[in-house]
Amino acid sequence: MLRIQNVTKAFGALMAVHGVSLEIGDTGVTGLVGPNGSGKSTLFHLITGFYRLDQGDIFFGPHSIGRLPPHEISRLGLIRSFQHTRPLPFMTVIDNLIAAAPGQTGELIWPLFLKPARVRREENNLHEKARGILRLLDLLPLADELAGRLSYGQQKLMELGRILMAGPRMILLDEPTAGINPTLIRRLVEVLHRLCEQGIQIFLIEHNMPLVAKLCQHVFVMDSGELIFSGTPKQAREEPRVIEAYLGRENHAA
Amino acid sequence: MDYLLHVMILALIYSVFAMSLNLELGYAGLYNFGHVAFFGIGAYVSALLSHAGVPVSAAMICALAAAGITGALLAVPALRVSGDYFGIATLVFAEMFRLVCLNERWLTKGPMGLPGIPRPAWIAPGVEGMPAYLLFAFLAAVGTFVFIRRLTGSPFGRALKVIREDEHMAQAFGKNILLFKVKAIVAGSVLAGWAGTLWAHYISYISPADFTLTETILVLLCVVLGGRGTNWGPVVGAIAVVFFGEAVRFLPIPPALTRYVAPLQGIIYGGILVVIMMKMPNGMIPEHRRKNT
Repeated sequence: MLRIQNVTKAFGALMAVHGVSLEIGDTGVTGLVGPNGSGKSTLFHLITGFYRLDQGDIFFGPHSIGRLPPHEISRLGLIRSFQHTRPLPFMTVIDNLIAAAPGQTGELIWPLFLKPARVRREENNLHEKARGILRLLDLLPLADELAGRLSYGQQKLMELGRILMAGPRMILLDEPTAGINPTLIRRLVEVLHRLCEQGIQIFLIEHNMPLVAKLCQHVFVMDSGELIFSGTPKQAREEPRVIEAYLGRENHAA
Repeated sequence: MDYLLHVMILALIYSVFAMSLNLELGYAGLYNFGHVAFFGIGAYVSALLSHAGVPVSAAMICALAAAGITGALLAVPALRVSGDYFGIATLVFAEMFRLVCLNERWLTKGPMGLPGIPRPAWIAPGVEGMPAYLLFAFLAAVGTFVFIRRLTGSPFGRALKVIREDEHMAQAFGKNILLFKVKAIVAGSVLAGWAGTLWAHYISYISPADFTLTETILVLLCVVLGGRGTNWGPVVGAIAVVFFGEAVRFLPIPPALTRYVAPLQGIIYGGILVVIMMKMPNGMIPEHRRKNT
């Protein structure tokens, strides 16, 4: 579904991502791990068009997306989250979700005045859809609360809701469980499993290794901008290069 | 009485002008420091066409179109730069417009300006026509208000706010931010042109000196003072700015200080505005009523 071919990105002399190639099929949940600064987030930015590729190409289904702007990639159904939560604090939770829906007729000026009934109908449908997603996330009681008043963990869940609103075929999550409490993590994991059952592919950056082992069928490991491993989480734990790059270095630090 | 009518007409025209800027500044977060140029384009196109014998209503429609097209032509290159640089690009554009009006004498008569701009046929010229023009300006302002409320209260307005708050987030959810901004600027420019044409046909004389940075600052003040990102804010702001601006003329200034009348009025006017802004930093009609921390 997602195929990355020999992708390279440098910032000045720093090789942030160097010659990375990988392919994700319909495996369900795929993990991307690696020490800090190994290029994981940069790779996400490259996939979603926020950074421009220096070399290589990226394919999403049949489409080459390596040179597309972010909004066009998003419309193909490849939706991402950001490492830090980005709520629209002054909008209500439900409006945060509704605003994320793609292809709204009411976002065009002429139909607002020429087809008001259609705009209203769409708006009602989006409202219903958003309520359904909030129910799934257990956030329905907070629907009319301002997003800025939610806890960090709730905001993370809300962001997942926003992604679902966009009708994703594949979701890129940058550290979805960082900084949220165990109860909400369980809730999140539950939701991710549910999405997989619906056939939505998930690609996530995660530092919580036990969680990666539990959640992911497949894992990629990056170090210093290069892909050093591809396999199951179990194999990753036994792979010497991974231990050296990731776990090994952590042991030294400890 | 005529004076009161005059002040009310001015306040209404400034409301339209402020509402048009608010669409860009308040909703889309675009600091357009050259907004007066579109006001000027509306005024000049409308005046020149009516001088050429085009009926006033048709001249006005052409003026709106001209302002909108110019808005698009400016927006597409100016939006390639972001933030502060967009502000500078628009500022420069307004200055270019003013210099063209000043120097292309064959067209605009340069600093002499264009006198004798006719009013719409159903409104009498001069003082007799003022009540009718007030009605006209009132209807124009109401129409603008309804139009903008529809725009901003819609998914379009919501998307503008998303873009204003977080461009990357908007892009991640498939919003073409350049297109939205261009649309906001075109709509804002058309409405600024609308204000300009209302003004030209009312005041009946325009010259390049009417379209300086001062005008942009004044209308910016209306928006910020009234409350950006709200529908009523720019209206209330424009009324307040025009009202206080006129009210200081009636201050009882002692005869001993007659020499300093103008500076004193300016100081007091400025003082009032500063106090309002200190007391109401988010404008007289704040966008977010509830505290959010």
